[in-house]
Amino acid sequence: MDGIHDMGGMHGFGAIAREAAEPVFHADWEGRALGLLLQAAEGMGFVDDHLRSRIERTPPDAYLRLSYYQLWIRALETLMIERGVAGAEEIAERVAATREGGRAPGGSDLSLDDMAAMVAAGASTKRPDAGVPPRFSVGERVRVRNDHPFHHTRAPRYTRGRVGEIVIDHGIFVFPDTNSEQQGEAPQHCYAVRFAARELWGPSAPPQDSLCVDLWDSYLEPA
Amino acid sequence: MADQHHHRHGEPESEMTLRVRAIEQLLAEKGLVDPTAIDRLVELYETRVGPHNGARVVARAWSDPAYKARLLENGTEAIAELGISGLQGENMVVVENTQAIHNVVVCTLCSCYPWPVLGLPPVWYKSPPYRSRVVREPRAVLAEFGMAVPAEQEVRVWDSSAEIRYMVLPQRPAEGEGLDEEALAALVTRDGMIGTAPV
Repeated sequence: MDGIHDMGGMHGFGAIAREAAEPVFHADWEGRALGLLLQAAEGMGFVDDHLRSRIERTPPDAYLRLSYYQLWIRALETLMIERGVAGAEEIAERVAATREGGRAPGGSDLSLDDMAAMVAAGASTKRPDAGVPPRFSVGERVRVRNDHPFHHTRAPRYTRGRVGEIVIDHGIFVFPDTNSEQQGEAPQHCYAVRFAARELWGPSAPPQDSLCVDLWDSYLEPA
Repeated sequence: MADQHHHRHGEPESEMTLRVRAIEQLLAEKGLVDPTAIDRLVELYETRVGPHNGARVVARAWSDPAYKARLLENGTEAIAELGISGLQGENMVVVENTQAIHNVVVCTLCSCYPWPVLGLPPVWYKSPPYRSRVVREPRAVLAEFGMAVPAEQEVRVWDSSAEIRYMVLPQRPAEGEGLDEEALAALVTRDGMIGTAPV
């Protein structure tokens, strides 16, 4: 989807505002939002591909106005509604009825060490046993297909139609374009492809600079 | 900065507090989330997971050439040797800064970031100015961060567009000579491991 989220190379966003001694969370609700997302992913059975595709459907004006944690919560609500966990009305009523202090009761006696062990295990989308052969090898030149699908994809717009060289074969990973749309994992090789900055941006880019972008097999064709 | 932060948000903070609480209540009632687990996750990312982990990896690589070779060969396994692993770091690649190449990491499509080694990303890393500009004009962005990259050095930008997470191994600074690992780790900054600072 050629949404506002795909912003690599866009102009006009101005200076990068940095904060000295930035806290991990700027408000308690941001921490709750992070924990809620990670917990809900497990409880509701969604993965990052699902979440990202819903974030990307946020209208551009709202996407730019909302913070990243706000975008997460918005996408979580979308997933809850889509999957019949709660209706839009039910969510709205609950928000209206909720007041400060009305916390959900704790559900377990999970310790910090228990949680650390769970988080340390991770949730990899690598599928080394899928047995899918690579279509390309390191050193080969490839072109990113000129494709602008309406669904979720991870080929940044600025790479499409451009030629680069495979520099790393990362192995076999779940393919986000199908996985995000409930069309299966379609595991395939994912590569780091190195592009000359000038190939992407033209003669105003320094000739010595480059960009490496991770791209799945299906995004690429021989150059 | 507090004003600017508040201004960036579409809704007042208190409304987000209520909204997140309401959703947490709904999901907890349906047995889909455990509020205690949320407490622990907040605590974990506030106290245990952060750039001090990545700094240990860098200091080890600076001190032990065999470890550095393993780190550049298989980042995930070498980082796990130090007991560091997990969500958003399941597949790590470490890229080395040299006299010839300066690496810098971004996620133009969202906010992918190597949590186990760097913690949660700062707001600027997730912001449209950084995501849009660092791929198009990395030298100008690095200059804003106070880094002038010499013309003879290649700037190599890594756009984390898939499920691989990148960490930069900075060049060991001259002042690191003779220091032990703990002292070396203290020299390493979060931005150095993103590539927006020299160390």
